[in-house]
Amino acid sequence: MNRFDYIRAETVDEAIRAIGSGTNARFIAGGTNLVDLMKYNVERPGLLVDITRLPLDRIEDRDGTLSIGALVTNATVAYDPQVSARYPLLASAILAGASGQLRNAATTGGNLNQRTRCYYFYDEATPCNKRQPGSGCPAIGGVNRIHAILGASDSCIATHPSDMCVGLAALDATVRVTGPNGERTIPFGEFHRLPGDNPERDTNLRAGEIVLSVDLPDEDFGPHHTYLKLRDRLSYAFALVSVAAVMTLDGDTIETARFALGGVAHKPWRNPEAEAYLAGKPATQETFAAAADIVVREAKPQSENAFKIELARRAIVRGLSQAAAGTPQSQSDKRIA
Amino acid sequence: MASTISTSGTDTYVGTARSRVDGPAKVTGQAKYAGEFSAPDLAHGYVVSSGIARGRITAIDTAAAEAVPGVIKVLTHENRPRTAWLDYNYQDMVAPPGSPFRPLYDDKIHYSGQPVALVVAEDFGTARYAASLVKVAYEAEMPTTDVAAQRDLAYVPPKKRGGIKPPPEPWGDAAGAYDAAPVKMSRDYRLAVEHHNPMEPHASTVVWDGGGKITVYDKIQGVVNSHSYIAAVFGMKKEDVRVLNPYLGGGFGSGLRPQYQLFLAVLAARDLERSVRVVLTRDQMFTFGYRPDVLQTVSFGADATGGLQSIRHDAISGTSNFEDYQEVVVNWSGILYDCANVALTYKLAQLDTYTPSDMRAPGAVTGVMALEIAMDELAYETGQDPIALRLKNYSESDRTEGKPFSSKSLRACYAEGAERFGWSTRNPEPRSMRDGRELVGWGMATGIWESMMMQSSAKATLTQDGKLEIGNSTGDIGTGTYTILTQIAADALGLRMEDVTTKLGDTNLAEAPLAGGSWTAASSGTAVMRACRDLASQVFALARGLDDSPLANVDLDRAIFKDGHILVAGDETRAIALADVLKATGTEKLEATGSAGPDAGHMKAFAPYTHSAVFVEVKIDEDLGVVRVTRVVSAIAAGKILNPKTARSQILGGVVMGIGSALEEESMLDHTIGRFMNHNFGEYHVPVNADIHDIDVIFVEEEDKANPMGVKGLGEIGIVGTAAAVANAVFHATGKRIRDLPITIDKILG
Repeated sequence: MNRFDYIRAETVDEAIRAIGSGTNARFIAGGTNLVDLMKYNVERPGLLVDITRLPLDRIEDRDGTLSIGALVTNATVAYDPQVSARYPLLASAILAGASGQLRNAATTGGNLNQRTRCYYFYDEATPCNKRQPGSGCPAIGGVNRIHAILGASDSCIATHPSDMCVGLAALDATVRVTGPNGERTIPFGEFHRLPGDNPERDTNLRAGEIVLSVDLPDEDFGPHHTYLKLRDRLSYAFALVSVAAVMTLDGDTIETARFALGGVAHKPWRNPEAEAYLAGKPATQETFAAAADIVVREAKPQSENAFKIELARRAIVRGLSQAAAGTPQSQSDKRIA
Repeated sequence: MASTISTSGTDTYVGTARSRVDGPAKVTGQAKYAGEFSAPDLAHGYVVSSGIARGRITAIDTAAAEAVPGVIKVLTHENRPRTAWLDYNYQDMVAPPGSPFRPLYDDKIHYSGQPVALVVAEDFGTARYAASLVKVAYEAEMPTTDVAAQRDLAYVPPKKRGGIKPPPEPWGDAAGAYDAAPVKMSRDYRLAVEHHNPMEPHASTVVWDGGGKITVYDKIQGVVNSHSYIAAVFGMKKEDVRVLNPYLGGGFGSGLRPQYQLFLAVLAARDLERSVRVVLTRDQMFTFGYRPDVLQTVSFGADATGGLQSIRHDAISGTSNFEDYQEVVVNWSGILYDCANVALTYKLAQLDTYTPSDMRAPGAVTGVMALEIAMDELAYETGQDPIALRLKNYSESDRTEGKPFSSKSLRACYAEGAERFGWSTRNPEPRSMRDGRELVGWGMATGIWESMMMQSSAKATLTQDGKLEIGNSTGDIGTGTYTILTQIAADALGLRMEDVTTKLGDTNLAEAPLAGGSWTAASSGTAVMRACRDLASQVFALARGLDDSPLANVDLDRAIFKDGHILVAGDETRAIALADVLKATGTEKLEATGSAGPDAGHMKAFAPYTHSAVFVEVKIDEDLGVVRVTRVVSAIAAGKILNPKTARSQILGGVVMGIGSALEEESMLDHTIGRFMNHNFGEYHVPVNADIHDIDVIFVEEEDKANPMGVKGLGEIGIVGTAAAVANAVFHATGKRIRDLPITIDKILG
């Protein structure tokens, strides 16, 4: 861990000014990922701007839109009565991730900005295009059973590690940000990037921008949602594949369905074609399998992770089945519904 | 030989469930671990690790690190003080044959993660920061880390490792009998590399006492090993070195050998003439010993009903390029089952990794996994019930050494375990049992571990306040040693456990061996019992010599030690308090030492082993490859159980670790760069609470004569066989035979 300067911002404007004032400055809130990265020398910030005092720690209903402040902790979101009642998918996705201790410290904005858990990214003894652009990607052809099967590039096959973000992607959230050039909103699907030739950039945040809130549209899916996470042990492991799904039905016919995958790409993965396919179809295994096939059609395996393609296909079918049946996956009972 | 434990008192404590005497200290943070001891002016060392696996250091630039305020020194191979020259000085008590790794010795890189520099600073943060500024340039060579690729170069280790039995000479004609057998089966098995990850990372605090003397707090399973290592490597007199380790945050074998942080801390402390602490990071816990990758083939020839006619078990184990690590992998196949034609082989292949290390039931976890999955396969091939097949081939003696077992209550393990589990209601047909969407599988396996005893001594001191202190230098590695020794001593002198203080893990105490191999209860337990018996006879003699002694004309064999008193059997009104004996005779304290060791006659005559039968229920969502272990019954035959509570904990821990072996634990090597890549707790998976459900432990009655205590040891038996039982349950559930562990989602889908 390098030596760094530290300041605490009292207002959003102050935070934005501060982040532009230091070399390699970073915002810090819960620090659950950034501090690890600093210990591994992956991040060597010259300045840490502590944003924990900013007034971004509220969950507010704004004309039906539920706005979750960037500093609301994961635990607070997961157990918030409004979130539990209106967006149980989000609560479930959060509870599927990390541990109680981490969720108590981690924030909403930090969760969006957390970085991949690719082994090579964390290990400064190895090359990594994300950590050190142009140095190469030893994960390609290396130890890669946890890596991407969708949207990867020749320079990076890392995945985004978040569960919460997969839920937010399915819920069509928007991210409200501000920066030197003022406030703007980013549709959730455009917040994270695919690696392409610039894997060092995880998000489309511009220099100096800060997340203010994540806003959820006023929608009601009743019990027709799920967050299904498959991993190498039954708790406290990142997803090999996860599925967040929401659905509205008219009898046994799907009106609309949206679903996102975690653990398979550099960002929560949605496929508009597959979602469009589902609309108006009967909620059957055949329908779900056809939608899954559309998603995995473009999947490409690495040397050790071909199984994730089949696992993703099956997880989509099961996730959509759970959503359609109104039997969302429990995060405490590990038996899969 | 005596087979009871108490002297002439009653077994008030021994054999009863007692909470750990060290529990309150541990849960309140009073128990200090090696990295928690401090000293005035303590300096902190941080290790810089090699990023390549093979090659040499061409340049090491420490200028930037040394320029950081607070940095005291950066030690490298270029400026290190001299240490011993010859290999044998570096060979610790359990070192395998070879040339032990010497930290900072020269420019040669033997493995990825090798320490290449130690940055010593006034505080930990400064040391860690400065370490990130050390620039090391390498000339890298292509490493060899894949044991499968080295198969053709495998060799029989020319020199045997002390304490490790090589495979026995073959008997009968295994190849011929295999060819002639009506049922033939030959399969390959593999268990992933596993790394030690006790909660407490390895750490050493070296306190500079002045005048060339040091006091060392080291994470070690027996202070004697660090003590002699330091003396030999640094050319120090043993009396100038005191090593302590009162508590261990988990050993499992990782703390048997002195690890490199001890060498570095002592090196720095002597060089700087001040106190130094070195603590390894969690990632650095992946830079020394591990359970090796072993390629195994088990071949059975059998008659139509599963009677074994030929057993062959061949193993090729990875080792380092500098030591021939050895463990007992294949011998179990000649011990557990009775067969007229047996051939067992064990070879090594050199890899550019650190030397593997003993890891809970080393060798048995690996070998019995293969053997016991193979037995399940044979049961299916021949249409036998898995238990019936094992009973049909039950061994009554150890043919590898031609001796009867000192005791073997494995039949009772099968019977009582099966009864508790409900085995009789199992439909043997794979895929035949369901619970809703999930497939249900029931599998079982046998476990075995050697019951060992080592030379040990103990001291006991009784004082005028009626309090007893006992102790020796062995370590309580978390198994409950403090507690059982306290129980034994309290019973021997008829004291309350609260009146007995047990001290362990200090070279100033009576000499005792490393804690490992499940031998501590037998070894140190017997030594403590004998010291206390000696003390009993001393205090009895004093008491009888008193004027008007209530014990006048009474022999020791009529004396009962109870409630802090000596009583006369048959006339308990005749009594005197131990404290009063000392006071009345003006004796400040009484001391006694006891020693114990393996009985040569018994060792020659009997083969002592612990046994178990493990029953596992899994529920599997087959579509998604998710395996849940919903129920385990582990029935154990381990001789006398001193404390059912701490004993049960040992088995629970072993079973949990076995579930980890079966389903999760895997150190993943990148063979191109020769490095274990998932070197942290986020990506190296050990079981968490959600993975563990009901574990039912049964101790079957077993009387054993292998040692005076009648105990066989419990630290390891709980893990042996557990992974095979899980794999066999997975087969029963799914019809899919997985021989490459851990059984992860991809293998269920595949």
